[in-house]
Amino acid sequence: MREAAATRRPTAAIVGPGNIGTDLLVKLRRRDVFDVRYMVGVDPESDGLARARRLGVEASAGGVDWLLAQDELPDVVFEATSARAHQANARRYEEAGIRAIDLTPAAIGPFVSPAVNLDVHRESPNINMITCGGQATIPIVHAISRVTPVRYAEIVASISSRSAGPGTRANIDEFTETTASAIESVGGAERGKAIIILNPVEPPLVMRDTVFAAVGPDIDRDAIAESVQRAVATVQEYVPGYRLKADPQFDDPSPDWGGSGRVAVFLEVTGNGDYLPEWAGNLDIMTAAANRAAELLAAAGPVGLRVEEVSA
Amino acid sequence: MSAASRVRITDTTLRDGSHAVAHRFTEEQVRRVSAALDAAGVDVIEVSHGDGLAGSSFNYGFSAVSDIRLIEVARSAVERARIAALLLPGLGTVRDLREAAAAGATYLRIATHSTEADVSIQHFQAARALGLETAGFLMLSHRTGPAELARQARIMADAGCQCVYVVDSAGALLPDGVRARVEALAAELGGDAEVGFHGHMNLGLGVANSIVAVEAGARRIDGTLRALGAGAGNTPTEVLIAALDALGVRTGVDLPAILDAAQDVLAPLVPTVPLLDRDAIIQGRYGVYNSFLLHARRAAERYGVPAHEILRRVGEAGYVGGQEDMIIDVAIRLAAEREEPVAVSA
Repeated sequence: MREAAATRRPTAAIVGPGNIGTDLLVKLRRRDVFDVRYMVGVDPESDGLARARRLGVEASAGGVDWLLAQDELPDVVFEATSARAHQANARRYEEAGIRAIDLTPAAIGPFVSPAVNLDVHRESPNINMITCGGQATIPIVHAISRVTPVRYAEIVASISSRSAGPGTRANIDEFTETTASAIESVGGAERGKAIIILNPVEPPLVMRDTVFAAVGPDIDRDAIAESVQRAVATVQEYVPGYRLKADPQFDDPSPDWGGSGRVAVFLEVTGNGDYLPEWAGNLDIMTAAANRAAELLAAAGPVGLRVEEVSA
Repeated sequence: MSAASRVRITDTTLRDGSHAVAHRFTEEQVRRVSAALDAAGVDVIEVSHGDGLAGSSFNYGFSAVSDIRLIEVARSAVERARIAALLLPGLGTVRDLREAAAAGATYLRIATHSTEADVSIQHFQAARALGLETAGFLMLSHRTGPAELARQARIMADAGCQCVYVVDSAGALLPDGVRARVEALAAELGGDAEVGFHGHMNLGLGVANSIVAVEAGARRIDGTLRALGAGAGNTPTEVLIAALDALGVRTGVDLPAILDAAQDVLAPLVPTVPLLDRDAIIQGRYGVYNSFLLHARRAAERYGVPAHEILRRVGEAGYVGGQEDMIIDVAIRLAAEREEPVAVSA
């Protein structure tokens, strides 16, 4: 079983044929690491299912019931539905021995940023991709906290209104709370805060992210700047449109900041234009990070580690 | 307006005014200003960080005292007035509004950019479930036409919002623009929700625009004592009361008492008065969010570029409320452009 898995191309399914699912499909096919076998939805009229079929992918509106009834199950499933749907599906994937890469805010599996902590979750049957703002900023928080203790880190994500879907809008608190929590647990800050702004300006604004970190008075600025540059290069390996808008900015300690100094990092995320337009860098970085995580896991060992093998 | 109607005044000196003091209000200031406003008969006193609950941050400035504590202080200083808190979805959360309610706020105002009302639905629902009175803020209303603004107001009203405000965050609206927007909202909302108006002074029109709003059907109007507020400052509450009094509009606010509150209570406590200077006028003319002013001045000093140039550039880029980080970004770029001839690779 393990040998067979190592010699054939790993297989994948995408559940959720919306914008994210479709962008993911285009990326996975371009990368050609995974054999994308199935696109799964619940609406027979879905454009995304029709599009997948046109690309030669077996598509069904039969939901996860249909997927799990297939003779050949995928090694990995990308969940691009909603937190609620993933809460219902996660256990079923695990029982079927399918590894889940969760792009919803369900946070059933551990938070993963491929540039930071994927290696420690190699055995996890389910990983969560945090949020778009988290994927854009947590590698930077981590880059600072690996050089000097970060007492507090705050991120500001600005995205185009057109790139914020109904799910994000209906529960924007999920973004701020999930991102803040991952700034701490993955980024390594003692305390995290996240802010998201939707901007309707036309032509649409390219995603912008700012990281502010509170640091001690005696820091090695060159070491921090070098570490940030290194993190940017790591993210660029899977998000080509990820870049620094300016060198990291250092401000001296201030009484207004409780005696802390401040590092500020200004980022821009241009999408790859796979399915979504280039300004939707927030969606691109999610699908790119999910794709990257899945590829690294596939390269590291057999994908779709069966539950019984884990417990054995 | 009909003689029977009454206009409710919300004084937001202790929220929007917080911008003018870089969010450094003390408990003593909040206690004394709240008591004076209450004694004058102001219906609603808003108390929060200038950017709303949980606004204390690098991006907007750290509060000297937490807004939850300041709400408690204000609540204990008043006998009649309701204490309101502001919340901006994407920054504050349902958890924050619960804390504000527990601290004594009975009224929640929820603000979104004027095209993004649907991000507030979960917060209106939570606020109403807690029994709070609610209002919605459509910020930078000058950027959105009357019909679309009314559509956004409908989203808020359907979510449980009891009054939707036309919010002139940049002080950029002219009287006709105020009238058209308030009328459009009143027509859309009918008896489902009231309409309010929140003005700023960048083009010198805060009081005049408020009167036009009342004539067009607005029933809740905002002001701050001595115009203390972001950018050019807000509609001054004491001037507004005097003007509405002259018009014969009932507000329940006692004119001599509100004049005392401005002159004898706030002025000695907070000598700062917003100025209608070059930076503030540029904000009104280019429609730049008023809270950006002090941030632009700080970035101007840090990077050696003029604040009004930063503000103009920010206006051209179309940045909205909350994007204070982009002020630093623009300042860095302006500084780099100035050095361009001698720039070397980093």
